Amino acid sequence: MAVDTTTSQPTATAAGGDTPARGPRRTAGTPGRLRLALGKHWYAWTLVAPVVIVIAVLVGYPLVQGLYLSTTDANDKNSEKQIGDFLHIPASYKNVGLSNYTDILFGAHTNFWARLGWTVTWTVSCVAVSFVIGLTLAIMLNRKVRGRSVYRTLLILPWAVPAFVSTFSWRFIMNNDRGFLNHALQALGLPTFDWLNDPTMAQISVVMVNVWLAFPFVMVAVLGGLQSIPGELYEAAEMDGANAWQQFWNITLPALRPISSTVILLSTIWTFNMFPVIFLLTNGGPGDETQLLVTAAYQKAFTGLRQFGESSAWGVLILLILVVFAVVYRRSLRKQGEVW
Amino acid sequence: MRRGIAASALVAALAVSMAACGSSGSTSNNGAPAAGASVDPAKVSGTVTWWDTSDAKAEAPTYQKVIADFQAKYPNVKVNYVNVPFDGAQNKIKNAFSTGTDAPDVIRSEVAWTPELASLHYLAPLDGTLALDKADDFLPNPVAATKYEGKTYAVPQVTDTMALFYNKKMFADAGIAKAPATIDELKADAAQIKAKTGKTGMYLRGDDAYWTLSFLYGEGGDLVDAGSKTVTVDNPAGVKAFKTMKDLVDSGAAKTSVTDGWANMMSSFQSGDTAMMINGPWALATVNKGGDAFADKANLGIAVVPAGSGGQGAPQGGHSYAVYAGSKNVPASELFVQYMASAEVQATLTKELGVLPTRKSVYAQPDVASIDSVKFFKDAVDKAHQRPWIPEGGTLFAPLVTEYTAMLSGKETPEQAAKNTGDAYRKNLGWK
Repeated sequence: MAVDTTTSQPTATAAGGDTPARGPRRTAGTPGRLRLALGKHWYAWTLVAPVVIVIAVLVGYPLVQGLYLSTTDANDKNSEKQIGDFLHIPASYKNVGLSNYTDILFGAHTNFWARLGWTVTWTVSCVAVSFVIGLTLAIMLNRKVRGRSVYRTLLILPWAVPAFVSTFSWRFIMNNDRGFLNHALQALGLPTFDWLNDPTMAQISVVMVNVWLAFPFVMVAVLGGLQSIPGELYEAAEMDGANAWQQFWNITLPALRPISSTVILLSTIWTFNMFPVIFLLTNGGPGDETQLLVTAAYQKAFTGLRQFGESSAWGVLILLILVVFAVVYRRSLRKQGEVW
Repeated sequence: MRRGIAASALVAALAVSMAACGSSGSTSNNGAPAAGASVDPAKVSGTVTWWDTSDAKAEAPTYQKVIADFQAKYPNVKVNYVNVPFDGAQNKIKNAFSTGTDAPDVIRSEVAWTPELASLHYLAPLDGTLALDKADDFLPNPVAATKYEGKTYAVPQVTDTMALFYNKKMFADAGIAKAPATIDELKADAAQIKAKTGKTGMYLRGDDAYWTLSFLYGEGGDLVDAGSKTVTVDNPAGVKAFKTMKDLVDSGAAKTSVTDGWANMMSSFQSGDTAMMINGPWALATVNKGGDAFADKANLGIAVVPAGSGGQGAPQGGHSYAVYAGSKNVPASELFVQYMASAEVQATLTKELGVLPTRKSVYAQPDVASIDSVKFFKDAVDKAHQRPWIPEGGTLFAPLVTEYTAMLSGKETPEQAAKNTGDAYRKNLGWK
């Protein structure tokens, strides 16, 4: 999307003498910069307009609404209602400034910091493990193995199944009385685990399931990256006497950096907000041991008398965390010479 | 791409902020729907959409059959039956009611929802309408849950309370003559069952706060005292109840799980892996249907929930029919509610599903009164512990289930769990 508006002025002025036939006719006086930009690039604006409008409606409006609600005490009771065709109850919530935020961040019984701590732990472990597994599998599949396409298809399957379906299956598999996993362990004479009922075990279990869901994306992306590394590099390295490890460390990894940085950024954002796995597997339990920031916000918004104001504030805080993360991450990559 | 990253961060986090986006339809018409006190039932016409939250497999077919009878009787009224899964139904109902878009005309309202929905102005008052027919015939306890600020907003459909379900054969095998009357007896029986048969005594449902209530009442405690606006869950009785539940699990008298509690409890009880569970009449359809240990229906014993040190009691639950205040078919909806809550339909539902009727006259019918579960539950329902019928009733369970599971999984002590629940209530309700 390189609509360059900065250079339009000189070009346009130069062309001002003899107006090209296809351009709009200009009246006397120096035209404004915006008008020039619009005039020159009207086709570009027309082309992007649908996207801009759709994003404004789908993203911008709820975002602004959410920001606004987060400064109010809106809940089920005082928000606007249209009951049938006859009864309209206008909204009666009021502005409470930033008190939702201060309650969440510094309130006496806030669980924000505990949930943030777990969300970060969860995100880091999920992304790290799924990246390592995805990378390893991609490297294995990049070789000429018999039946490679079969392996690839099978390994992409977790990605192809909708997350809620596979999460439900995992919930059955991990059931401690009747689940397949404990039956299998028992049959093999191994100790069984209380997969979803023990606080620590439940945390490990949710990470396991999410890794299972997430590694195919890493694998596919990295596999694409691997196949674009020129073979000459490896040939040259071999000539210089580099062993397999040195080749991996000095050629493969640096060549994969553009792909892997994008993959890590995207996985981090997805994992940070991975609602279905937690909600369907443990519903945040036992206690709130596996409750992420998003599922905690959901709980505020959708249980009992729903607190729209407070949960919007949670949403905005989550958004801020992710924006800050994305900006910092991008900066640090740019310092390393990456451009994307 | 550079710009795309920040944008994708925005989009990713957006789902959360979208959750909070309320409705903004704002056409305000004045004028009232015609209320139908003096409507002739035969002339009523319209379409009634009913959102039913009953079990889609075990119960819904019977309701659909009853609706077919209704339509045969009143051909001018078309009933649109929709089965909505109970989990999440409350949100769905509130969302539909707040905008009026695709909203149902009649809902099956859980007893605790009625005061909340009424306080939000979503329900039509039913006093003096077609819907409330022979009001004196209803049992007083279910009726109490349909009132909000003196008006009637719902008509009782079924009532329920909880009881101790036990496997008679397993009791006999272990040499136990009768169901335990107290928690101490329950522990002793469980130990005996373990010793004689190797099976676990009881399954304690660990993922639903409703299952804590009989223990709380057993110690003389309660969640809150609505009269004095006091939080009581963490008083000494409450703490004792938390300790009792934890002790049942720690001592091996009961098994539990904090995920999939319902399915685990039912399959464990039905397959004869555990000898007891605390449950309500809504479980009867499943237990009676489900072979295994209960292929012979007579094997199921039902007894009053075991008493604690401070009393004995199980919560009163149930469902009612409520009419949406914005319904375009109010008379038809009222007529439908009248029919569904009639003695005739209640008797059918009880005979087919084992649910408990809410009309005195139905209990008096000989073929209903002879049903075992009805015989037992009739007494239990009369003695059931009333819950606080306040709009905030629905907010009480979320903090409780968090602390309950935290305690059962060993993350918190009973004392901490009780205190944290109380703190959450004080914060949510603003009570002392």
